[in-house]
Amino acid sequence: MSDCNHCVGLSRSRFLHRAAAEAGRGLPAIEPGMPAPAGTGLSRRSFLAHSAGAALAVYGASKLGLRALDEGIAAAASSPAQPVIVSVFLEGGADALSVLSPQGDPLYKKLRPHLALSGGPAFSEDDRLHWHPAAAALATLHSEKKVTVMPAVGYTNADQSHFTSRHYWEVGATSTALRTGWLGRYLDRVGLADNPLQGLSLDDTLAPALATAKMPVSSIDGPDQYDFWSNRVWGEVEDRMLAAIGALGLQPTDAGLQAAGGVAAQVDRLRTQLLPFQGQDGKPGYTSPVAYPKSDDAFPRRLAGLAAMLGAGLPLRCVALSAPGQYDTHSDQAASLASGLQLTTDSLLAFQRDLEARGLADRVLVHVWSEFGRRAGENGSGGTDHGAAGVGFLVGTRAKGTMVGEFPGLKAGLDEEGNVKATSDFRAVYAGVLEQWLGTDAAAVLPGVDSFARPALVK
Amino acid sequence: MSGVATFAGSFDVAQAERLLWRAGFGPRKGEAEALARLGLDNAVHTLTYPDREQLVGPAPKDEKGRPLAPYDAWGHDHVWWIDRMVRTSRPLVERMTLVWHDWFATSDAGVNSQRLMLNQNQLLRQHALGSFPELLTQVTKDPAMLLWLNGSDNSKWSPNENYAREMLELFTLGAGRGYTESDVRQNARALTGFRNDWKRGVGSVNFRYDPSAHDAGTKTIFHKRGAFTWKDSARLAVLQPNHPSFFVTKLWSYFVPTPPDDATRRALERMYVTSDKRIKPVVTAILKHPALYDGPRMVKSPAVFNAGLLRLLARGVDTTAYAWLGSMAGQRLFSPPNVAGWDESRWLDTATWRGRWWIATYVLKPYALDPSTATQPFDAQALLDAALDFWNKPTLGDATRSALLGFAQSALGDAGRTSWKRKQYAVMAQNALRHLIAVSPEMQAA
Repeated sequence: MSDCNHCVGLSRSRFLHRAAAEAGRGLPAIEPGMPAPAGTGLSRRSFLAHSAGAALAVYGASKLGLRALDEGIAAAASSPAQPVIVSVFLEGGADALSVLSPQGDPLYKKLRPHLALSGGPAFSEDDRLHWHPAAAALATLHSEKKVTVMPAVGYTNADQSHFTSRHYWEVGATSTALRTGWLGRYLDRVGLADNPLQGLSLDDTLAPALATAKMPVSSIDGPDQYDFWSNRVWGEVEDRMLAAIGALGLQPTDAGLQAAGGVAAQVDRLRTQLLPFQGQDGKPGYTSPVAYPKSDDAFPRRLAGLAAMLGAGLPLRCVALSAPGQYDTHSDQAASLASGLQLTTDSLLAFQRDLEARGLADRVLVHVWSEFGRRAGENGSGGTDHGAAGVGFLVGTRAKGTMVGEFPGLKAGLDEEGNVKATSDFRAVYAGVLEQWLGTDAAAVLPGVDSFARPALVK
Repeated sequence: MSGVATFAGSFDVAQAERLLWRAGFGPRKGEAEALARLGLDNAVHTLTYPDREQLVGPAPKDEKGRPLAPYDAWGHDHVWWIDRMVRTSRPLVERMTLVWHDWFATSDAGVNSQRLMLNQNQLLRQHALGSFPELLTQVTKDPAMLLWLNGSDNSKWSPNENYAREMLELFTLGAGRGYTESDVRQNARALTGFRNDWKRGVGSVNFRYDPSAHDAGTKTIFHKRGAFTWKDSARLAVLQPNHPSFFVTKLWSYFVPTPPDDATRRALERMYVTSDKRIKPVVTAILKHPALYDGPRMVKSPAVFNAGLLRLLARGVDTTAYAWLGSMAGQRLFSPPNVAGWDESRWLDTATWRGRWWIATYVLKPYALDPSTATQPFDAQALLDAALDFWNKPTLGDATRSALLGFAQSALGDAGRTSWKRKQYAVMAQNALRHLIAVSPEMQAA
């Protein structure tokens, strides 16, 4: 991996070098006003303790933290860089007929008298379709052959419940009984018992698609947002306290205690892995080589943090995020869809450019999905109700860039309930990702998937 | 007899404590001991037939000492409810209000009115242990729900299926359990007629039932034909044969982490149906069931965890930080993730665990000892005993005890022979032990 000037000491080689150099060596105590020691790159959280005339200032990371960190980095370094899949969920059922609007279909305006869109970049693979103006960033990437489009993806006999359909997509099968996610089962096959970063939700809670049966996975708001604070505890005692979190994980047989303890152990591991990213004064402990959209929403910040983590060589494999915006557009669809779509796609474009600048673009594939599309005919509230097939994308330098399944049209392409019929199956897409991108046996991860032909997704 | 098994073991402090965590927000000091003396039946009776509510403890305020403004100020709705959980003398009523908030999960993200959310909250509290069909009927016309699931967008001119679907899928029957897509659409027609206006600067107002907006035609729902209205819609749903099993299984899941066996479920269904679908008899039976006492621990929800820590310390609410801390821990009240509510089987992950850590940070703030002035024994075991006393002696397993003791020993060991360190590290270790106990597995699952 190349050393990059933008990564503020977080490139893989310098990171490893530093961790090795610091491990086992105590950090010096410093006086207030002294600059942070050069070269550590560690956040300087100084606490002033006015006690007996003495003042203490200590670093947030200690020899304890660094030792654990060093082990984690060493383990990651000993294995080759892995391909990364990033799952971006448009929660609520995104309206495919707006994201790629069939302006050239004669029935479109009849079905959508108030909501029909006009204009937007033309879609080069089907002259009936136009990109939503708010999704121009995807059109740009598509023109660079970095987007594989699935214009009508879903499954037969689509379930119109958010929760049932979303569950199917999350577990990778039309089964209500499965409890592990499709990416979680992949990690159970290839993951490590001591690396929670291999399955990472950049979210408030863990994405169900990452739920594993055995291997640890994690959820964080962002790599620079994983700090722990206790009132009037600092220095060596604080280091010992934080190190003790992991010891709380060793629990006997009770299922409830194991749940609480098991997470404590993962917290401990993750905290040490992320120590170098802790920022100071509200700034993250990394910088990005490109500008991300400014927003109150965490999505662009999380993608920037993700690129920085990848740049530092952290051992990520599967990452999940929720897209910003409101996609369950039963009413006032025009305005609410556009703003979320704009921020989502602009952020994805910035992320792609960030990866390109860091020389990482050939290692990352982004999958954008939603639990279903919406009904072809609009409802009376300026919105649309739940439908069947929706739209999905694979974004990345290695995405094949040619459409999977065609847009079926609004005449022959609707089922008897007025919903778009699927021309590609989400399980086939997953199988293609597992085999062509992640290099694993799809049949071992997705039950019954061998009945689906695999589309070509990756170049 | 009801045919539902009752816990026959000894009802001691440990069982009383578990009951208070499952049916409320944990014990105040001495409460579990007092409850244990009553025996199981009387203990449950005090919860299901409580005296008039008394709020015990200091009135809530924000960080500047001002009264809360739950209708208006961001986050004050959340801490207003946390305070009610902390101070109430009717914990089961409050806990059931939380259950219904999850069951009929409505979010201010779609309602955009804390006042309407709190009005709904009062509705849920009022019917917390009453009749389920009545609760469903009231929720169906509740303004917050009408906004959240587009009930007042649904008219004969422009049907909107949102509420019609979730009513069947999430509130009464369960996904794929005895209804068709046609039932959903016909149900939506029956539910037409609610309206409201939008007033600039005020928001959604004038909620009403307008017969002229109602589709008065014949509908076919569950193979029955009739000119059904919204009241019929609620009535027909709870008459479906799949409703009682949905109701008792879902209700059970809020109190016991393992599903009921078939015989128990069937007995609870009979009890529910023969009691005219009243909630209280079913809850009473669940609270006395052996599975609650013999089974594994259950991870507390973040709101229960937060309110429970405050109750244990008899500490009032004096910060609105609990609102954003609730988000971090995965349960911002009045803002469930979606209409299916919170996933009770997945409260804990590395992000939400950190949220709980920070909740403990804020709860413990006024108790933190100053290392420069306080004194603590330079003795690991004595420090641990004192920290356990601070939390009213929670029962910790050997693994947790040895982790805590190991921490205290190494923290004191770091002090070496330096005298100021020996003094200060003991105090800091006491602060840290209290924090580590608060986030220990035993305090997060009861």
